[in-house]
Amino acid sequence: MIEWMNWTPTVAIFFAVIACILLTMTVYEVVSPCTERKGFLPISTTRGDRLFIGLLSAAYIHLAFLAVSDITLWVALAVSVAWLLVLLRWG
Amino acid sequence: MNYSRSKGFGMTLFIVLLLTPIYWLLNMSFKTNQEILGGLTLWPQNFTLANYAVIFSDSSWYSGYINSMIYVSMNMTITLLVALPAAYAFSRYKFVGDKHLFFWLLSNRMAPPAVFLLPFFQLYSSVGLFDTHIAVALAHCLFNVPLAVWILEGFMSGVPREYDEMAYIDGYSFPKFFVKIFLPMIRSGIGVAAFFAFMFSWVELLLARTLTSVDAQPIGAIMTRTVGASGIDWGVLAAAGVLTIIPGVLVVWFVRNHIAKGFALGRV
Amino acid sequence: MNKVPNNRAWWLVLPVFILVAFSALIPLMTVVNYSVQDIFGPGNAYYVGTEWFREVLADERLRESLLRQFLFSGAVLAIQIPLGIGVALMMPKSGIKASLCLILLAIPLLIPWNVVGTIWQIFGRGDIGLFGWGLNALGLDYNYTGDTVDAWLTVLLMDVWHWTPLVALLCYSGLRAIPEAFYQAAEIDRASKWAVFRYIQLPRLKSVLVIAVLLRFMDSFMIYTEPFVLTGGGPGSSTTFLSQTLTTMAIGQFDIGRAAAFSLIYFLIVLLVSWVFFTAITHLDKEK
Repeated sequence: MIEWMNWTPTVAIFFAVIACILLTMTVYEVVSPCTERKGFLPISTTRGDRLFIGLLSAAYIHLAFLAVSDITLWVALAVSVAWLLVLLRWG
Repeated sequence: MNYSRSKGFGMTLFIVLLLTPIYWLLNMSFKTNQEILGGLTLWPQNFTLANYAVIFSDSSWYSGYINSMIYVSMNMTITLLVALPAAYAFSRYKFVGDKHLFFWLLSNRMAPPAVFLLPFFQLYSSVGLFDTHIAVALAHCLFNVPLAVWILEGFMSGVPREYDEMAYIDGYSFPKFFVKIFLPMIRSGIGVAAFFAFMFSWVELLLARTLTSVDAQPIGAIMTRTVGASGIDWGVLAAAGVLTIIPGVLVVWFVRNHIAKGFALGRV
Repeated sequence: MNKVPNNRAWWLVLPVFILVAFSALIPLMTVVNYSVQDIFGPGNAYYVGTEWFREVLADERLRESLLRQFLFSGAVLAIQIPLGIGVALMMPKSGIKASLCLILLAIPLLIPWNVVGTIWQIFGRGDIGLFGWGLNALGLDYNYTGDTVDAWLTVLLMDVWHWTPLVALLCYSGLRAIPEAFYQAAEIDRASKWAVFRYIQLPRLKSVLVIAVLLRFMDSFMIYTEPFVLTGGGPGSSTTFLSQTLTTMAIGQFDIGRAAAFSLIYFLIVLLVSWVFFTAITHLDKEK
């Protein structure tokens, strides 16, 4: 039934991690709802907005690394995570 | 020169330019192939309905129209049934992740169908729906449902909350209030949403063609067969094209006053 | 409108969520799976990591088609938005004439996309089409199947023909929402036509224009059927846009891994642009 999806462990882990992040954020949101605020980003954002911006820019960071260098993607991942945390805290 | 007259002139010119290609198609559909290829004539010299006769007498031709109609109406029904409650929720309540869910829905309207082509084919094959009308209807929901939710949400936000509260005080249950009071108030919104579901499902071909082979083949896919051994049968092709325009023109009449608001996703 | 916090509203959204998730998430996950593997057949796939992404990002052909796509979308916006505003300004304000204009304008929007291609395929031909024949009769050497520039202009003209009415309809509904009192005030001030447009009409059009730009950008960015029918992507690959490159790769050459990696990049571009516009629209809504 799902052989055609050609699951590989890496992709499975990737989606599991995304799902976990979303779940955590949802629970966090239910426990303590957040309000919009203005950080260093030019628009006022909620926690979820910042997460989305972080994830989207993480995707672009990875692509940029692939496009211009041969450095291992773990570096890109580290940069993305750091950026995501900065964004969530001060964005 | 009088200003409003020049406006009228500009408008007329634009409409004429807009309709010329369509007139040319119509013109060709009434010509014989000899006349089409023989030289340029501005209107049919030997008026003929033979091209239309080909389409209406051959079941492999007209079944294409029937197939398209079937999946379009299935799509409209499904779209409205699921989009109405969702649009109500978006217009009335704040809930966890509402904004992001909304954006995620919208991003599906923006996603190029080409991206999903292959997985779609395999997904619907694996659940045994390949070459059925419902497969195309479900696939078209991908962009029609988000659009319908967006349009309906715009219309529903125009209805003040007080109506909802009054109905509860009067002892209406939620389903009864929704069907008896709320839906009639956003009648035009529903019409517009249905129109857009019709329109985008009717004009789309890439997914419809990929998900069907014989039994549910849309008219757009059948039209490619006018390319025969002896070249393209221009007359029949033109006639088939004209027939695909007619349903749209009939439907647009009913929503003519709301169409612009619909295109603005209920946001004017 | 002030909304009531209520998480049970999720139940109302659930059907939409399930339906769209079925058609969107499963294929998306599949595409991600494909993009990291080399697939020879069912059950015969090798994990290749980010190989495809590297290749796609370095692929000259894809870069060209991406560039061509941006050029096309840019040209579409540059022509259709001003033209659409112009048409909307010329439209009659009310009455039977206005209804008639609305219906006639809407007709191109309701034609199946392959038929749009067919119409222009016929209309542009030098032997049987009025447009091509007319240009040739004027002494212009026009041939959209052979000449790159002609093919480009024809595809562009077709898109302008097809979609300018959408921009016009949107702007028209935006203009109708301006209260008559604004115009009267302008008349008392003896404001010029330009001043009326610049300071009364244009600001009011802002929100519909954002939507028009969004829709036009998105739809031109995924254009497939019309140029496919009209030119087949030719001559050469001069009118091969992103969707067509992608479809040829996935279905024509069965190069699934590369097509999947390309799809994801394509999708990320679309996601970024639609997010920017969506944010702009919601912020405009808030200002109201």
